[in-house]
Amino acid sequence: MSNTTAPASAATTTATTDPKIRIRGLSKHFSVPGGHVVTALDSFDLDVPQGQFLTIVGPSGCGKTTFLRMLAGLESPSEGSIEVVGGTDGRPENAMVFQGDSIFPWMSVWDNAAYGLTVRGVPKAQVKETVGHYLEATGLTKFADAFPHQLSGGMRQRVSIARAFANDPEILLMDEPFSALDEQNKTLLQAELLRIWDETRKTVVFITHSVDEAVTLSDRIMVMSAQPGRAKAFIDVPFERPRDVLQLRHQPEYGEIVYDIWSQLKEEVEKAKQQADARVAPKRHGLFRR
Amino acid sequence: MTNVAEAARTPRAAARQVEQRRTLSRSTLRTISILSPLVVLVAWEAFSRAGVLDERFFPAPTLIFQALWVEASSGELWTQTQHSLTRLIVGFVIGAVPAVVIGVAMGLNRVVNAAVRPIISALYPVPKSAVLPLFLLFFGLGEDTIWYFVAMGVFFPVVINTYTGVANVSAIFYDVAENFGAKRLTVFRTVALPGAMPNVITGLELGAGMGLIMLAIAEMMGGQGNGWGFMVWNSFQLFTIESMYAYLLVFALVGLLLALIVGFVGRKLTPWISRH
Repeated sequence: MSNTTAPASAATTTATTDPKIRIRGLSKHFSVPGGHVVTALDSFDLDVPQGQFLTIVGPSGCGKTTFLRMLAGLESPSEGSIEVVGGTDGRPENAMVFQGDSIFPWMSVWDNAAYGLTVRGVPKAQVKETVGHYLEATGLTKFADAFPHQLSGGMRQRVSIARAFANDPEILLMDEPFSALDEQNKTLLQAELLRIWDETRKTVVFITHSVDEAVTLSDRIMVMSAQPGRAKAFIDVPFERPRDVLQLRHQPEYGEIVYDIWSQLKEEVEKAKQQADARVAPKRHGLFRR
Repeated sequence: MTNVAEAARTPRAAARQVEQRRTLSRSTLRTISILSPLVVLVAWEAFSRAGVLDERFFPAPTLIFQALWVEASSGELWTQTQHSLTRLIVGFVIGAVPAVVIGVAMGLNRVVNAAVRPIISALYPVPKSAVLPLFLLFFGLGEDTIWYFVAMGVFFPVVINTYTGVANVSAIFYDVAENFGAKRLTVFRTVALPGAMPNVITGLELGAGMGLIMLAIAEMMGGQGNGWGFMVWNSFQLFTIESMYAYLLVFALVGLLLALIVGFVGRKLTPWISRH
């Protein structure tokens, strides 16, 4: 396919514009019980240009979540560097939309969405304006005083999105934010996410299992290899913005790109499955397992 | 529910019972809950008056209420209540406050946990009543002995539940706080404390009950010569059984009141918990 680029050229092809995120030689090793060292990520290079919506797809256990957690500053790299080019106006470097239920059950919708701003000590009037805007954008204004247990899963994830956007970070990180939702809710939230994102066009790194989701949302898709995680291929998604989530699926290129990604992904998914099977393989010496 | 399930032998009977369970309205159930203790009281009254129950050991409930009224109108009840309530409140506070602090520290810090946990695990199973002589030895026959004794009873359930609560706050919430740049104290205030609050309240509920038990033991055996517990013991020795029952009733009412208060405060402190 013409829109697939080899990973080696990834850094160079985007080097013309100034990258927002520059990652060089990033590796992550874990020690696991038994004294083994597992390499989750192996000398990883990546440039993400300013304003790009980058999606990472890869098989389970390929290290994509580890990668995102390193970007979020929740884990430190074993080797290499992550650089987020930022302004000096005191905005936070990143904000993450977590996988699953991550909004605080003990805070109202409003307080949840305002969390980052309150923690940073942003003036009250500004908090009110920003949070009000993003609750409006996510259709949560009526539920500002509600507690999370009163909301559906889709609405809880909207709060999580509002919280990340309201914090006005340099870059947005999203770790399979819609994976727990049903298909209909997922489609709705994808459309909402695109609409809100279009206001600011912040640089996004988005992780997903869903190839359809990747094609719908992103400018560029990175396919990761099975463990140790490497960039296997980059696929550009040429659709114009703003996008209509449903219209998009009607276009002939849509299927082509999905097919293209799947053909890159298939082999890695099989490899990942073999790795997983090997991990649970029965031990021959039950008493002295090692 | 188990006996309902056992009684349901045939599928049709089971279906009928499920339906019955659904159709029983809340008010019906509440009426049953009020009637059943009343039935017991009425039966008690009748059997006692008829001589079926030995009146010396089971004075009729009306006589017990009469005795309570005598205690109340003479001012005796109020005097004893001042002594006991002060001990209970002081003991509760000096037991619960350090328990919450230590429980939170254990939940947040693995070193503190490793250091404190074995001590708590070793002390917890010792019957609290058996330690009273030791407290008398340490602190003498003073009012403070009773405070510390009550405090000890309150301490254990609160510290254990607080620790469990803090330790069980999902790691994702700490990740969120860190990702949004929260400093240590903010993490404590916005994540650890509210996350553990439901467990802390459970601990306080159990602690309040335990405090009342400790109070009764200490007043019966601590030699202060006053308080509800002393009155129970003294009435027993003087064989004024009606007034013994009267003070047992006071204990029951205070226990109920404590549970209501802690429950009310608990609901105010955890408005996010759904209660249906």
